Amino acid sequence: MSLGQIFDIAGSGMAAQSIRLNTTASNIANADSASSSEGDVYKARKPVFSAVRQDAFRMALGGDLMDELPDSKGVAVKGIIESDAPMDMRYQPDHPMADDKGFVMYPNVNIVEEMADMMSASRSFQTNVDVMDAAKTMMQRILTLGQ
Amino acid sequence: MTISFSNALGIHEQALEVRVQRAEILANNLANADTPGFKARDVDFKAILGDQMSAQGIGGALKMDTTNGKHLPHGADGGAEALLYRTPSQPSVDGNTVDTQQETAEFMKNTLQYQSSFQFLNGRFKSLTSAIRGE
Repeated sequence: MSLGQIFDIAGSGMAAQSIRLNTTASNIANADSASSSEGDVYKARKPVFSAVRQDAFRMALGGDLMDELPDSKGVAVKGIIESDAPMDMRYQPDHPMADDKGFVMYPNVNIVEEMADMMSASRSFQTNVDVMDAAKTMMQRILTLGQ
Repeated sequence: MTISFSNALGIHEQALEVRVQRAEILANNLANADTPGFKARDVDFKAILGDQMSAQGIGGALKMDTTNGKHLPHGADGGAEALLYRTPSQPSVDGNTVDTQQETAEFMKNTLQYQSSFQFLNGRFKSLTSAIRGE
């Protein structure tokens, strides 16, 4: 019985989605953080998801026939990249951060995109919670076997 | 005369096991619903159950005989070919083929089927218990 694996899988999904939600929160919070140079300005951050490969792992183990069925187990965040979209330059000569030409740099955060991302992340999180809940019920069922 | 547990429990023990494996695969699909390039997987339940049953010598699944060391076992190291890729109904731009709704529905169905398998298995155990007690 490998019901315990489901907890790991759904748990990794929840962790990944919460990292995604975290970057979204950071992006939205910093959407208007002005700066005078392109190097200093906040850049939108995006997590990179990838399926946890376990081919090498299971080759090494040899393993039980049925244990080696799934190709991957869960999801991992490979890293967080900074968006290379062009910065938002606004002409605000009165701004304390304005450069000598009167431009202020604003982050390349797209609020609409971030909101959509936020909704998607919270839905996916919810799905993983449901999966974990179902696995819990199945496990509790097994404990009552023969009673 | 001995009581054979595998005869008494029948197909349900294997069925329950396969349901758990399927739940694992579907959970993995759902966890990777936002992973670019991830391809949704699923198992051919009938094929896997047949494999398990013939491996344990139960049921009428016909097995191909290997009379030479160079013969490949039929169906065999098996599991791998029973694990298939799902045909996407609405492929997405990033190459991901997980349809969350479909996977959730399958997962739910699988859970219910698990519960019915469990119910049958439990029934078998109960009849065994009453047979042993002789009440």
